[in-house]
Amino acid sequence: MKTMRLSFKALFGSWFNSLVTAVMLALLAWIVPQLWSWALSGATWIAQSKTGCAAGGACWAFVGAKLKLFLYGNYPAEQEWRVHLALAVVVASLAGCVLDERRKGRWLLMLMASVPVGAVLLAGGILGLVPVRTSEWGGLMLNLVLAFVAVLVSIPAGIALAFARLSKSRTISWAATVFIEFWRAVPLLAVLFMGVVMLPLFLPKGVSVDNLMRAMIVLVLFTSAYMAEVFRGALQDIPTGQTEAAAALGLRKPQVALLILLPQAMRIAVPGIVNIMVDLFKDTSLVSIVGLFDLTGVAAQSVKDPAWLGLSTEAYVFAAMLFFVWCLLMSLSGQLMERRLNSRFSGR
Amino acid sequence: MRSKWITKARISGVLLALCATGFAATSAQAQGALPAPGPTAAAIKQRGQLNCGIDTGIPGFAYQDGARKWQGLDVDYCRAIAAALLGDVEKVRFVPTTTPTRFTLLQSGDIDVLIRDSTHTFSRNASLSLQPTAVNFYAGQSFMVRKSLNVAKAAEMNGATICTLAGSSLELNIGDFARANNIKIATLTFDKSEEAAKAAEAGRCDGYSDDTGSLAAVRSTMQKVDDWMILPDNLSKEPLGPYVRSGDDRWRDIVYWVDAALKTAEEYEITRDNIESFRTSTKPAIRRFLGLDAGLAKMIGLDDEWVVRVIKAVGNYGELYDMHFGAKGLQLPRGQNNLYSHGGLHYPLPFR
Repeated sequence: MKTMRLSFKALFGSWFNSLVTAVMLALLAWIVPQLWSWALSGATWIAQSKTGCAAGGACWAFVGAKLKLFLYGNYPAEQEWRVHLALAVVVASLAGCVLDERRKGRWLLMLMASVPVGAVLLAGGILGLVPVRTSEWGGLMLNLVLAFVAVLVSIPAGIALAFARLSKSRTISWAATVFIEFWRAVPLLAVLFMGVVMLPLFLPKGVSVDNLMRAMIVLVLFTSAYMAEVFRGALQDIPTGQTEAAAALGLRKPQVALLILLPQAMRIAVPGIVNIMVDLFKDTSLVSIVGLFDLTGVAAQSVKDPAWLGLSTEAYVFAAMLFFVWCLLMSLSGQLMERRLNSRFSGR
Repeated sequence: MRSKWITKARISGVLLALCATGFAATSAQAQGALPAPGPTAAAIKQRGQLNCGIDTGIPGFAYQDGARKWQGLDVDYCRAIAAALLGDVEKVRFVPTTTPTRFTLLQSGDIDVLIRDSTHTFSRNASLSLQPTAVNFYAGQSFMVRKSLNVAKAAEMNGATICTLAGSSLELNIGDFARANNIKIATLTFDKSEEAAKAAEAGRCDGYSDDTGSLAAVRSTMQKVDDWMILPDNLSKEPLGPYVRSGDDRWRDIVYWVDAALKTAEEYEITRDNIESFRTSTKPAIRRFLGLDAGLAKMIGLDDEWVVRVIKAVGNYGELYDMHFGAKGLQLPRGQNNLYSHGGLHYPLPFR
């Protein structure tokens, strides 16, 4: 009842608010039915090609026909279980980290181990797994792989850089500052271009670094710089009294950093980390410009099939929905983590 | 940096070629074996796979079908080369390349051949150290305009706004054309053809400009196809075809003659289905072409069966066109892409 009254007041409290509300409602009344009839009531769900789709409505049958391309790129169909398994390992260890407080260390170790485990699973070539070239990885899977590795590597790297920047040693602090400011000052796309297009020209003949690896390295360097600044902000937020008190108790510098500063900084940094994660996840779509087939890359490509020409709206709407769902999941788990950390620190 | 690299590559290419020819001469004399196939072909044979650079997606030339298999004219050219050299159409790794990365990937050796609807031009040949081989599709830049614009030819478009693609020669050609005809044409550029088409549909511009093949595909995607027409003008010549690195002539020859074989097969009316019936042919030209009378293939380091394998794998040029652009594909009339004997520009070469 109270919410009702409050929202009524917020929406119709003054003549100006009433006017804005009325205009917005009129806009919604105008847009929603059209959207509804395009996306749902007038849409075609089952068809063999574009000719089977009704005009005026969305042709979701196209998304159905191209679903594997959207999710896995050109990853061989009979090997898709490896993608699922890798995802399960990552999700399980992430969930463990957030939900199972007591064995957190073990879960964190598993999360770190999931990078090599996932790499072996996806790339194969050993343990009897059929090798799958990284050029065949694609779709949503590629965005997830890129974002996951970049975040996981950049968090420790960012912490190290933040401590380095705050270091009393001029040389270390200066070096860290130069690194951070350099990577924050150059555009990601330009660096991706350099890495993927220019690098092969400078490498000796026959030496080639995997294309995906190049993009991944660029993303890691980039994200580390941003992470470093988030952690620096968090570290500076902790009152100096903490460090002094810890020193007075006889803790040595590394102990102060690891036991006193870092746990508190982590808590402060969580919103910033989630922000970077969401941002990075969407930035991974830039790799499509350098010839990797991420979700936006396959979306662009899927509409070139003569059987389904001209359905770019459907392709991009679907890609946007996938991005939305994953970003939402990320911010929700970020909020969950924040609540848990907060209750541990101040919930008495 | 780049020029230094190129010189280095050129020198090593020349050295390799010299070694190869020397080796070829001696071994051929000694054992009557095939001459060495050149460094690129040798590398492909050793790898057991052709690395073929294609477009990331363009109707007719290269696209993935429902089963995620690559299809298209350029794609089938890759398969044809693999069939000729390796004896297996499946031994191709398709490397989709974007407009800005395509030539670098070829220069750096990431791909062996680039078959990506790329125009053969003077500067690409000269300054990029790449060699155009045969033309597998004759395109030309043209306009698709709204019928309500009421123009019959491009020179009447004074004051019009045209949507087109960024990062290619399309915009330059429109500017050249407008200056030459003393009219003003504004351009709006986009990264993707579907964005440009949507913009045209939404009325942000009066038309869309691209190569003829792509133009037909874009027109078929418009909501009201009949509101749009393709103007008869050709703003530019766009001979599209495979590129190889300069410095390995033997490899260039193989790509060049695979193209010639596809067209010659059409001229002799040899198709995928009827090729077996030609094994008993008595015509000397056909016997030479199909390798029934041994001899020719050896000269470029292939075996006598190569033409038969190519045609069996992908069909002749006419079959490919029908499949990807013609009746079974985008419904684009053959026009310049017919054989010379039918008023087109494709001129099959003599196998002798």
